[in-house]
Amino acid sequence: MAALQYVTWQLPMTSELFLQYIFAGLTYGIIYAIVAIGFNIIYNTTGIINFAQGEFVMLGGMIAISLNPLMPLPLAIVLAVLITMMVGALIEIVFIRWLDKPSVLRLIIITIGISILIREAALHIWGEGIRSLPYFIGNEVSSVSILGTRISPQVLWVMGVCTVMVILLSLFFRYTLMGQKMQACAANRTAATLCGINTRNMVTLSFMLSAGIGALAGCVMSPITYTQYDGGTGLAIKGFTVAIMGGLGNSMGAVAAGLLLGLLEAFSVSVLPLAFQDAISISILLVILFVRPHGLFGRRDTAALKEF
Amino acid sequence: MKKLLGKSLTIVAVLLAAVSFLPPAATAKAETIKIGAILAVTGPASFLGGPEARTLEMLVEEVNAKGGIDGNKVELIIKDSGASPEKAISFAKQLIEEEKVFAIIGPSTSGETMKIKNIAEEGKTILLSCAAAQVIVNPVAKYVFKTPQKDSDAVRKIYGAMKDKGISKIAVLAGNTGFGKAGKGQLTEIAPEYGIEIVEAEVYDSKATDLSAVVSKLMANKAIEAVVNWSIVPAQGILAKNMRQAGWEVPLYQSHGFGNIKYVKAGGAAAEGIIFPAGRLLAPELLEDGHPQKALLIEYTKAYESKYNEPVSTFGGHAYDAFKILSAAISKAGPDPEKARDAIENLKNFPGTGGIFSFSPEDHNGLDIDAFAMWTVKDGQFVPYKQ
Repeated sequence: MAALQYVTWQLPMTSELFLQYIFAGLTYGIIYAIVAIGFNIIYNTTGIINFAQGEFVMLGGMIAISLNPLMPLPLAIVLAVLITMMVGALIEIVFIRWLDKPSVLRLIIITIGISILIREAALHIWGEGIRSLPYFIGNEVSSVSILGTRISPQVLWVMGVCTVMVILLSLFFRYTLMGQKMQACAANRTAATLCGINTRNMVTLSFMLSAGIGALAGCVMSPITYTQYDGGTGLAIKGFTVAIMGGLGNSMGAVAAGLLLGLLEAFSVSVLPLAFQDAISISILLVILFVRPHGLFGRRDTAALKEF
Repeated sequence: MKKLLGKSLTIVAVLLAAVSFLPPAATAKAETIKIGAILAVTGPASFLGGPEARTLEMLVEEVNAKGGIDGNKVELIIKDSGASPEKAISFAKQLIEEEKVFAIIGPSTSGETMKIKNIAEEGKTILLSCAAAQVIVNPVAKYVFKTPQKDSDAVRKIYGAMKDKGISKIAVLAGNTGFGKAGKGQLTEIAPEYGIEIVEAEVYDSKATDLSAVVSKLMANKAIEAVVNWSIVPAQGILAKNMRQAGWEVPLYQSHGFGNIKYVKAGGAAAEGIIFPAGRLLAPELLEDGHPQKALLIEYTKAYESKYNEPVSTFGGHAYDAFKILSAAISKAGPDPEKARDAIENLKNFPGTGGIFSFSPEDHNGLDIDAFAMWTVKDGQFVPYKQ
C-alpha cells in the first residue's frame, strides 16, 4: 500500500498531460533544431556564427504571407523560400565575400549588423503588427486526436517538414558532390581550395542553404507562433543555445539538443512558473559555455581545432 | 548727474516695459505648442503604440489645418520607446529638459508610465498616459493623468459577468508586463468581493509564441470553470488557439487589452466567444441616438479608417482622448502649463472615446465603471455581450 502511494506520488501527471507536454516540447524543439542547423551550415563553411539566422526565419514567413493572397499557398511558400535564399546569397556577396581574411569578431559584428538591418527593413515593409499564414489544414480550432491527446494538425506539419528537411540535408551532405564539396570546406578550407573547390562559392551556397531552411521553417511555424518583424531575435538566441549544446557544427547534435531543450521547456511548466521558461534556455547556454564549451555531443579535440 | 539719472531712469523704464509687456505680447502672438509623445510604436506593445501614434499625427494635422488650438500651432514630437522603460525614461528627460515640451502624451504601457511618473512630476510637466494600470493615478500625482479606463473596473465588470454565469473557480494568466502584473494584482485583490477563487495563476513572457504546455497543465485541473487572460501582447490570440486546439472549452475572458480587431483576426476561429470589457468605440453605431459619445466615436472611426486604411482600436482612442483633453484645457486656460493642468483637473462631463471624463483633484482618470461595456466575438466581429 505504501509502495503504491509512492508510485502515484511519483507520477503526478496523467499520461494524457505527459503526451501534451511531449508534443509541445517537440514542436518548439524541432524549430530550435532547424535554426541551429542553419547556424551550423554557415559555421562549418566560414567559421562564423551568423546572427541573422533568426531573421531568415522571419523573412520566410513574412514573404509567404505577402505572397499568399496572390497565389496558392504551396507556391507562395516555395517562392518565399527561393526569395529568402536570394537574400541570403545577396548578403554574403555584398557584405562578406569581398573581405580578405576577416577576423571572426569582425564577421560576427557584421552579421549582427545585418540582422538589425533586416529587422528594421521588415518593420518598414510590413509594419509592427503580427501576421500569420493560414493553417495548412483546418483552422485555428481544428485538432487531431493522437493517443488520447488533441493537437493542432499544424504541429504535425511542423514536425513532418522539419524532419524531412533534416533527413534531406544529411543526404545532401553525404551523397551529393555539392554537399561533399561543402563538407570539404568545413574540414579544411585550404585543402579544399587546393583540390580545386571554389570555397567562396561554397560560402555563398551555405548562406543560401541556411536561409532556405530557415525560411521554410518560418513558413510552417507561422500559423502557430505568428510572424512579427522582431520574431527572429528570440529564435536566434534559442537556436544558438541549441547549436552550442549540440556542439557547434554538429547537425545531428543540434537535432538532439533542440528536442532536449524543447522538452525541458515544456516540462518545466509543470514544476516552475511559466515565466521562467526562457530563463531555462539562457541558464543552460551559460552552464554549457562554462562547463562544456564543445557541447554535449561535440568532441573536445575537434572543437579545439576550430577558431572558437 | 541729472542727465545720468534721466538716462538710467529711461533704461529702467524700458526694462520695466519690456518685462511687463513682453509676455502678453507673446501670448497674443500665436505660439507653437510643443507636445511630446512617448509611444511604443514598435516592439511587443506596438499594437498600442502604433494606432496611438497614427491617431496623434492625424489629430495634430487636423488641428493645424484649422489654424491650431485658438491660433496656437501644435508641434508633435513622437518618440518610439519600443515598450522599453529605459528608453521611456531617457525620452521623458529629453522631452522635458531639452525640448521643454508643454505636455507629454503616453507612454503606451503601464510599466513605462510608472517609471516616468516621478520624472514628469519633478519636471512639472503634464503627463497624459495611455496606459491602463490603476497605480498610475493612485496615489494621485499632481501632473499625471491617464485616459484608459481603470483596470479595477475592468476586473469588476468581468467578475460581474462571471457571477451571472455562476462561475466561481478560475485560472488567471498574465503577461509579464506592467499591465499584466497590475491586472493580476487587481484580479487577486477583487476576487473575494465576488466570491471567486483563483485556482491557478501563471505569468508568461510578453514574447511568448506558444502556450500549449501551460494550457495542458491548466486543463488537467478539472476544477477550473473559466480562464482570465490579462495582457496586451499577441499571446492573447495564441492562448485562445492553444486552448481550443487542446479541446478545452471553458469560457475565455480577456482584459480590455483585447480591444483591437487585429487580435480577433489573428485568433481566427479560436477567437470566437472570447468575452472582454472595453469602451464603446468597438461598435459606436449600436449606441442609442443622442448618446454623448456617439457622434465623436463615429467621426473618429471614419477619419482614422479612411486615412490609414486599418480598423480603429480602443488604444488609438486613448491617445485621441489624451489629445482632446489637452486641447480642451489649452483652449480654456491658454498656453500656460500650470493653468492647463488646473483646467484638466476641473474638466467635467467631457465625452471621449473611452467614456465620459469628469476629473477632480482626487481622480486623475475621470472615468467610472460605466465607461466599460462587455463585448464578445461573433463571426470575427466585436458584438455586445449578452448572457
